[in-house]
Amino acid sequence: MSIMENMGVVLALLGAVIAALAAGIGSSIGVGMTGEAAAGVVTEDPSKFSKVLVLQLLPGTQGIYGLLIGFITLTQIGIMGGSADISLIKGILYFVACLPMAFVGYKSAIRQARASVASISLVAKRPDQFGKAMIFPAMVETYAILALLISILSIFGINSLAV
Amino acid sequence: MAVLPMKKALICGLKKNRKRTLEYLQRQGVLEVSTEVEEDQIFHKMNVLPSKAVFERNGAEAEQALQVLKSYVPEKKGLLSSFAGREPLKLKTYEELASRHDEIMKKAGRVLWLAKTVGERKSAVPRLEQQLQELEPWSSFDLPLNFRGTKTTQAFIGSLPRPVSLEELAGQLSGCCQGPVELSLVSSSKEQTCFFALCRREDGEQMDKGLRSLGFVKAPQSREVPADRLRQLKGELQGIKDEIQSYEEEIRSFASSRDELKFVADYYVMRAEKYGVLNDLIQSQNVFFITGYVPENQTEKLEQDLTQRYDAFVQFSDPQETEDVPVVLKNNWFAQPVEGIVESYSLPGPGEIDPSAVMAGFYYLLFGLMLSDAAYGLIMVFGCLYCMKKFPNMESGLKKTLKMFLYSGISTTFWGIMFGSFFGDAVNVIASTFFNRPDIRLAPLWFEPVALPMKMLVFSFCFGIVHLFTGLGVKLYCSVKSGHLADGIYDVVFWYMLVGGAVVYMLTMSMFTEMLGLGFTLSPAVGTAAGAVAAIGFVGIVLTSGRESKNWGKRLLKGLYGAYGITSYLSDILSYSRLLALGLATSVISTVFNKMGSMLGNSVPGAVLFILVFVIGHALNLAINAMGAYVHTNRLQFVEFFGKFYEGGGRKFSPFGEHTKYYKVEEDI
Repeated sequence: MSIMENMGVVLALLGAVIAALAAGIGSSIGVGMTGEAAAGVVTEDPSKFSKVLVLQLLPGTQGIYGLLIGFITLTQIGIMGGSADISLIKGILYFVACLPMAFVGYKSAIRQARASVASISLVAKRPDQFGKAMIFPAMVETYAILALLISILSIFGINSLAV
Repeated sequence: MAVLPMKKALICGLKKNRKRTLEYLQRQGVLEVSTEVEEDQIFHKMNVLPSKAVFERNGAEAEQALQVLKSYVPEKKGLLSSFAGREPLKLKTYEELASRHDEIMKKAGRVLWLAKTVGERKSAVPRLEQQLQELEPWSSFDLPLNFRGTKTTQAFIGSLPRPVSLEELAGQLSGCCQGPVELSLVSSSKEQTCFFALCRREDGEQMDKGLRSLGFVKAPQSREVPADRLRQLKGELQGIKDEIQSYEEEIRSFASSRDELKFVADYYVMRAEKYGVLNDLIQSQNVFFITGYVPENQTEKLEQDLTQRYDAFVQFSDPQETEDVPVVLKNNWFAQPVEGIVESYSLPGPGEIDPSAVMAGFYYLLFGLMLSDAAYGLIMVFGCLYCMKKFPNMESGLKKTLKMFLYSGISTTFWGIMFGSFFGDAVNVIASTFFNRPDIRLAPLWFEPVALPMKMLVFSFCFGIVHLFTGLGVKLYCSVKSGHLADGIYDVVFWYMLVGGAVVYMLTMSMFTEMLGLGFTLSPAVGTAAGAVAAIGFVGIVLTSGRESKNWGKRLLKGLYGAYGITSYLSDILSYSRLLALGLATSVISTVFNKMGSMLGNSVPGAVLFILVFVIGHALNLAINAMGAYVHTNRLQFVEFFGKFYEGGGRKFSPFGEHTKYYKVEEDI
């Protein structure tokens, strides 16, 4: 079997891996940023730990979504057992389907982290406003969720296509 | 579902009962003091701020003493001790302890003094130890180290910073000193060589120069013979160490007084708070006045107690509309747990209703849909029940939160069963890996979202529409209740028509129904009717949403802009797709962990790996996804739901009470 015959599965796997990679990198950058801010607040007031922890973890979900897309793709293309016989067209389609999660996941995690850092400083000054502080970063996540949705729907859709 | 109505209280008490009256009010914690009565010729305020400052300082000292005690004798605390809450204290015990507050405060002072002294003594130890170390090489030397020589000789006592033998040294010194030199080695080690050199007084200068060029360092000066000095220093060091030990022992002996110290810390915090109130009281020679807000349901008891026990006069009146009345929420068992969530958004503003009751059911359902795993739900339920059972004194705010997670856990279990998820697909994985029965699986009661994501998405949108329409419904209810029926129709009914009509109209288009996999398409006649309804709604909105403008041109433009708000409905509904996303995240991650765990197959190491991965993986997944569900449920409630009808802006009722840390004094008369 030459590589060209298997190009389909290669491309599909590439898509899965990029979704997990980009979203994972974005989330690690994001959670790292918020972690630094959170640690600063806890130095001043250890009792705020649980609040800032929630805010720290908010940009972490993109990484999970990336994993989700990666994993679903892996099961769909038969890498996790089953036959890995994917046509070139399907491979390209899977690759493209993974892209929304990869790009939006990466960027939104970092942007969400910045909103989270701002919210952490909000909580540091006014702990009673925690409920509102949580909403600002959660707004950014909407777009990661929308990207996830499109990626999931595409991946499930490709499976039933006759190409 | 209610914001408790507030009454304005005016209490006039006798000055001789002032202390007891104030303490009673503080224990009850139902009165928020407001200062309104002005000073005049008869009534004056009393400046007690200096005493308040003293109490605050005492409280802080007792707290510091507790910290010291904690560092010497750590308290045994369970992992969950933060749930424990304040211990109740009988009034009698309180009074007994309060009468001894000076005595207990002395203990606190003693602990602090001991800790300070121990600190000072400890800092002296390294200095002594260093002196000892410097003297150690000279211990066998039998002259005082500051010996300079006799009338005709000059002595050099010191060291070179390297190992040197006597012969080498003599050789090196012979060049610089012509006269006879007496050398004797005191001690030698890798770091230094200690020696004694004696030469004629006239050679002294040359000798000094020669020695210095070799790197000579004088021995530490002391008038005694080194052995004596060493003994002296050791004695001193031992003395300090004994002292430190006995002081530390004494600090430890105060561990039995820890509860008393906690009490006194609380006692002073309470007194400081009481004096804060006292400072604002208006008093004449024999009477004093307190004004403030009291929740209506407490007024009767308060009046009865105050008049009967303390001969006070109490009068209640309705607060005026312009007043900034504080807010307390009161709900039944089902809605009470989400009061904290409402509070973290904003308490109801003047004239607004309390949204807790409407949102409680949705809150639990949304949370359950996002976590949607029966096992995780059961863990939450039993965890919360265990904590509530174990810590009956838990603070009310924490208890509400736990109850909220308890009900959310029940809902999570419910949706887990509906979607056939128990630790993800653990049942199937365990059965097929270890028992070779791939046919055993937990069948979903309804459907499996991983297999039918489209169906789950549609369900999420439907749920979202119901949620949003309920929010609009509450707005309608408020408008009707406050007598603004027309506003209700303009702002709610037209939107119902527009959004509802548009949704039904879409269901008549085969493109949408096929895409959503609904399996049915409504007939074109329904579509026409729905379209007409939507059009009426649209026209209504265009005509009415700019109704505060008199100018028709402006009004229509504003109306068009109002109708543009339909896009926000679109994004609101789309926002509910997070129900699908978070639900899938939970189940897919559990599937990943189950798969990882079962990689070694059916063997002993396989089982060990499975258990390890299973426990760690699912604990992690539960933590991350429960947090995600919490955050996003709040978001849906705050942004999508509250956005439709709720503004907030109320001020929290903060009564004069016991804001203590360790104990809560009970009224038990």
